[in-house]
Amino acid sequence: MDAQLEIQLIAAVVAIACAIPGVFLVLRKMALISDAISHSILPGIVIGFFITEDLNSPLLILLAAVTGVITVVMVESIQKTGLVKEDTAIGLVFPALFSIGVILIAKNANDVHLDVDAVLLGELAFAPFDRLIIGETDVGPKSLWVMGAILSITVGMLFAFFKELKVSTFDAGLSAALGFSPVVLHYGLMTISSVTVVGAFEAVGAVLVVALMIAPAATAYLLTSDLKKMLVLSVIFGVFSAIGGYWMAHFLDASIAGSMTTVLGLVFLAVYLFAPSKGLIAVMYRQRQQRTEVSLLTFLLHLNNHEEESERHVKHLNEHINWQKVRSETVLELAEKNNLIKIDKEIVALTPKGKEFTDLALEYIITNKDEHIEHMKDDFFLFRG
Amino acid sequence: MSHSKIAIRVDDLTVAYSYKPVLWDIDLEVPEGVLMAIVGPNGAGKSTLIKSILGIIDPIAGSVSIYGKPYDKQRKLVAYVPQKGSVDWDFPTTALDVVTMGTYGKLGWIKRPGGKEKRAALEALEKVGMLPFKGRQISQLSGGQQQRVFLARALVQDAAIYFMDEPFQGVDATTEIAIINILKELRKAGKTVVVVHHDLQTVPEYFDWVTFLNVKKIATGPVKDIFNDDNLTKTYGINYKVAVNQ
Repeated sequence: MDAQLEIQLIAAVVAIACAIPGVFLVLRKMALISDAISHSILPGIVIGFFITEDLNSPLLILLAAVTGVITVVMVESIQKTGLVKEDTAIGLVFPALFSIGVILIAKNANDVHLDVDAVLLGELAFAPFDRLIIGETDVGPKSLWVMGAILSITVGMLFAFFKELKVSTFDAGLSAALGFSPVVLHYGLMTISSVTVVGAFEAVGAVLVVALMIAPAATAYLLTSDLKKMLVLSVIFGVFSAIGGYWMAHFLDASIAGSMTTVLGLVFLAVYLFAPSKGLIAVMYRQRQQRTEVSLLTFLLHLNNHEEESERHVKHLNEHINWQKVRSETVLELAEKNNLIKIDKEIVALTPKGKEFTDLALEYIITNKDEHIEHMKDDFFLFRG
Repeated sequence: MSHSKIAIRVDDLTVAYSYKPVLWDIDLEVPEGVLMAIVGPNGAGKSTLIKSILGIIDPIAGSVSIYGKPYDKQRKLVAYVPQKGSVDWDFPTTALDVVTMGTYGKLGWIKRPGGKEKRAALEALEKVGMLPFKGRQISQLSGGQQQRVFLARALVQDAAIYFMDEPFQGVDATTEIAIINILKELRKAGKTVVVVHHDLQTVPEYFDWVTFLNVKKIATGPVKDIFNDDNLTKTYGINYKVAVNQ
């Protein structure tokens, strides 16, 4: 396998391994915790490196992951005192642990092949040089095996405990009452996240690993209302950004990790703007549409209340209801499109459908009961609550 | 109705957040087959009492038993409807999926819900009149519909005892009547139902058993015997005569 392909493969595996726990972190509103973990594992990595002298050693990964879990415990115990809020507790804990790591590196910089730049940004391009040799055979880059192992564990856990993770994320109280300890699940997730961050940090660094965890999940969240689909989409976005980022770096001659994160950011931006129902443009369109629908309803009520022709002349609508010309045209169009009115010689009248619509809408507005207007929800945003 | 069997027994239960006791030395016996309201002012510890019985909160003293055994051993006999506001309704899931969560307890760890669980969930949705909304994302449901989904999730647990934390909060009158009718049906079927309740006016109409709580237990018993001005005044600290008799 050539180095190019190996790098892309490692990047993709890292992206998938990060995306899966990321979904649950985002849904649990714990995105910041991943930031904290990714920084505070540094002293664990440095100490592990002193002992093992190998960044891919399982012992190092375990030691560093323990530091990650300790971070979570420290944040929670500070928060539990009630003296500071959670974000403050996070801001207190991880810089402290991170700085210990930085000092440890600086003090031993001459003896240790580990520098702060590499820790912050990682270096994927070098990953293929560190090979795993079993006996006499070269079986591939070490980091691919390490991340592959971490990913397998993550996927195995996800399949085994999917329903437990789901219920404890959605409703911790019910989860506890059903016998699925939210505490156990919480620390399980924190352990997996820590292990993943440690494994991924060599490739993408402590800063960018956060993007790999949070951005795919945040993007997927805007596109689906199904947890399984959210997981699948996160993985797709992660892999797409990993491969896309690699080639972007290739052509720009830039950092691979930096390019991956840039692609992630661009994908998020695109979805944030264009997502079909939760995207910014869709939301703005819906709000505009709702305003028009309110006008429509006002107009229909007016027709309902007035028999006299003078009140129902197309030309007089502007004056009567105080609309601009454009607005009255939009409203008339919408009403006609839905067969709610008929216009005969410029005199507007409610159709039977329009009459029924008006009555139901009025009842809904007064009673706030939506049993009778279910069929109207498909065509009108106004009734979707 | 005979109240021979005790469904829930609470002994000397004390719960404190930091150093402030929220529940103080509670003794309580709930007979099988009653529809019981827990009433008391804000901060009286009503939700805390339910949560301690269900093992969601650890008490600092005392014990709880469900049909004579600790809750851990009797989980499958108990269903729980938390306060609607306690979950994130933007969670990516559907009404049917939320109701299916009620079957997880009987499944235990790792095992996944299959056709049988799905059928049970659909049946429960039908009972609360929410079948047409089974595929809808839960944030797209109205407050009353969300509460019905929660109720369906409890029904699917097919329990002997149901705990509900303010099921009538923020729901419309139709939903309130629908819910209370289902609760009355549960009682008819011999189940025990415990409801944290706010609206004192409806206590005599909805419930046959009541517990007055304000950090300490004030009184517990049949509504017709103990739902009176005396206990209301003891619980709420002001004279409730006018409010209730209106």
